Parts: sequence; C-alpha cells; structure tokens
Amino acid sequence: MGSDANDGLEALEIELLTQGIFRHYGVDFRHYAYASLRRRIWNCVHAEKLATVTQLLDRVLRDTDVMERLLLQLSVNVTSMFRDPSFYRAFREKVVPLLRSHPFIRIWHAGCSTGEEVYSMAILLEEEGLYDRARLYATDMNEAVLAQARKGIFPMSAMPEYTRNYAASGPKAQLSDYYLARYDFALFRQALRRNVVFAHHNLVTDGSFNEFNVILCRNVMIYFDRELQGAVHRLFHASLRRFGVLALGRKESLRGTVHEASYTELDPVEKIYRRSA
Amino acid sequence: MGRAVVVIGASLGGLDALGVLLSTLSASFPWPLAIVQHRSAEDVADTLPLILQRRCALPVREAEDKDPMLDGHVYVAPPDYHLLVERAALALSTEARVSLARPSIDVLFDSAVAAFGASVVAVVLTGASADGAQGARLVKARGGTLLVQDPATAESGVMPLAAIAAAKPDRVLPLAALGEYLNRLAAMRG
Ligand SMILES: C[S@@+](CC[C@H](N)C(=O)[O-])C[C@H]1O[C@@H](n2cnc3c(N)ncnc32)[C@H](O)[C@@H]1O
Repeated sequence: MGSDANDGLEALEIELLTQGIFRHYGVDFRHYAYASLRRRIWNCVHAEKLATVTQLLDRVLRDTDVMERLLLQLSVNVTSMFRDPSFYRAFREKVVPLLRSHPFIRIWHAGCSTGEEVYSMAILLEEEGLYDRARLYATDMNEAVLAQARKGIFPMSAMPEYTRNYAASGPKAQLSDYYLARYDFALFRQALRRNVVFAHHNLVTDGSFNEFNVILCRNVMIYFDRELQGAVHRLFHASLRRFGVLALGRKESLRGTVHEASYTELDPVEKIYRRSA
Repeated sequence: MGRAVVVIGASLGGLDALGVLLSTLSASFPWPLAIVQHRSAEDVADTLPLILQRRCALPVREAEDKDPMLDGHVYVAPPDYHLLVERAALALSTEARVSLARPSIDVLFDSAVAAFGASVVAVVLTGASADGAQGARLVKARGGTLLVQDPATAESGVMPLAAIAAAKPDRVLPLAALGEYLNRLAAMRG
C-alpha cells in the first residue's frame, strides 16, 4: 500500500525510479500499467524496510541485490498448469485441427514465467500427436523464472489443483502419467522438454526472432500500458505467419489495439485470434 | 469536486447485498462503480454480472483489462483477478492474493485512492473477512468518503466492523439507505 500522505510526489518518484532503472540497468518498466506497477513498487519499498520510493531508487542504483529482488517483485510470476482449463479445451478443439496440416509447428510462449504453461502445452501436443513436429520457444525477461522453468520441477502441493485443471481441459490421460513424485516435488518427464527452447527475451526491448504458427502471450500484457501493448502487438504481428494463431489471457483483448483489424476471432471467450491480414 | 468513482467491496452475503444496493441506484447515476465481490477462482461461468444486471438500471459488465471506465457503468472484478482503477480505465492483475483474496478489496480501494484522491467514495458491505479495512483507512486518510453497511443488518458483520475499527466512516447505514445516500451524494456533487 502507498503512503497515507498524498503529496502529489508519488507519480514523480515512480517516474524517476523507472527512469533510473532503465538508464542504469537497461530494464524498461517505464510503460508498465501504472496502477499495478505502483502497488508492486510500494511492496518493494516495504520489503526493503524503506519509507519512500526515492529511497528505493537510491538503494537500487547502488546495490545489485536490491535490483534483483525488485526485478522479481515487479515481474509478476504467478502461473499454474492448465490455467483456465477451458482455454486448453478450446485450443484442442479449434487450434489443433488447424495445426494438423503443417509439417512443422513453431509455438512462442512469450512471458512463460516458471514454465507451467509450456509443460501444459507440451502435454496437450503430445496427446494430440503433434509434439514431434513442434518446437516450443519459451521466453521471459526474468532469468530466475527461466531457470525454474528449465528444471520442470513443481511443488507437490500444487498437484491437486493442476490435476483438477488438467481433468477439465479435455485430456487423454492422467496428469500423474507425466511426472514422478519425489518428496515435496513433482518432476516432470524430461521427454516433455525435448522440443522446448527456453530463452531470455524482453518484449519491450528485444525484437522478432522467428516466424510462428502460434503465439501465446497470456497475462503478460495486462502489466503494460496501452502504448507498450501497441508496440508488442506490432512485434507479434510481425512474428506470426499469415493465418497463425494469437492467444491472450482470458480477460485481455485485441479491442482498441493497433492490430485489431488484422485478426479474426477463433474463440471470443478464450481470446484466441487468427491472423487474417 | 470533479469526477468521482464509487468502489464497493463485498464478501459473504454480498450477492444479495449488492443486488439491493444496485437496485436503489438512480438510472442517471453519474459516476462509474467498480465492485469486488469475493468468489471462488473456479467460478468462471461469469454469472455474477448477469445476476446483478437483473436488479440494476445501470449497465453491468465484468471488467476486462484496459476497459475504458464509463460514467454510470458498473464493473465487476472477474474471478481470480485483482481489479484496479486508473483515472479513465480499468486494470487487472494476477498478482498474489492479498489477505487470501483475489480479487482483493484493499487492492481496489488503494488504486482508487491513488487515482482519485479525495473524490473516492468507498463502500464496505457484508463479509466474514477483514478485507477492505486497510483500504478504508487509506480512503479516509486522503479525505475520501467511506460508507459502511450497518453490521447489524449484514449477513456477516465481520467485514463492516473491521472497516469501522480501521477508519471513521462518514455513514453507517442499512443497504437501501446506502443506495439513497449515494444518489444524494451524486446529485449534490455530480
Ligand atoms: C503472470 S506471468 C504469466 C505466465 C503465463 N503466461 C500464464 O498466463 O500463466 C507474467 C510473466 O511475464 C513476464 N514479463 C513481464 N514483463 C515482460 C517483458 N517485458 N518481457 C518478457 N516477459 C515479461 C514476467 O517475468 C512473468 O513471468
């Protein structure tokens, strides 16, 4: 929570903080959505036991450990396997048939966090008999979550929820077929990673690196302001094959964005779009 | 006073309470309203806006990210997302739960205070948690208006009582009177 006294300085201090981080570290939060960014910045201020955003700027510029913790805080990493089961059901029903005719399928998970979404997709493709011709590019700006994702080890405590999600996603097996239970952890089968490339990529500062049949960017752009969303939509449009598929989070949409007219809706509720122009 | 926003938090028993409150709002109510009602993350059927729409003369929508926030429209937080307001638009977030809740009432109130300062009108309704109390404190600290459902008339008085303990409300009223109070406030300031 913010400080009680509103001196009108808050917005200025936040601008200086993001500017400082960008100038010193090259990481660009200047066009993140203000309301939630502000909240997370205050969470950092309190976690570092500081009183003001300006004090945080001072610490961040001088101490890379503080910067690392801030990076983790500011990039919201909350995710789960088969998050929104109905999305995966729709993907099986509406996207998989489109992919069947392709000899080779490239899928980009932009903002993959700790990888749950990627393993979910690998399982889905495996079950649909498409995995062997697929390559999944899983990218994030945060190295710490990528390191997690590469391991494919998730807490056992999350498995009941993931199992429920999976069961509701139109599956062909049991989730437990795909992992080994080891004490408090579930180790996902290495074979699920055989066609996955995990890589660092910042959507704000890095460009297009391939041409994809499918791009998933779910619950990432809600943290961006309209202007940055526009830039990222241009990047996706340039990286997607004609008739390729773009999937957003359940409560995001293309409405009002630069490329609204370049897509048709494959599933309006699950926010699955197809590039038409 | 300029443009204001009404932010409403409800938990256990909130469905009925919101229905009553919204049914008493005038069809020409001039400000946007943003609502957090605690509900299960798996409740993706999106029935809450439909149920509330039946009782309300104003258009009721489930919030989508970056939706423009229109005057006289009612926006409901989707399950499993925090709802925040900016000056002219809504924002969503999947950040960690706050006091076990996502959406969280405190998160909504905090964002409203940051964007609207003293023009925030916050309403705390029935509930069995303490969510909203922190937010209520921030609203009052910045000179906004705090209305709380009379705990004696609430299905669960825990949440109203927590808000009252955290900040001094401008009014503590039963549901129907809360709606009337909002109408009068808007007529005076709007
Ligand atoms: C809430 S997670 C979404 C994970 C997954 N796609 C899902 O829907 O469950 C958001 C992720 O976006 C990443 N992210 C935020 N800003 C980014 C940027 N500029 N470039 C790349 N990734 C970014 C964060 O590091 C975080 O891992």
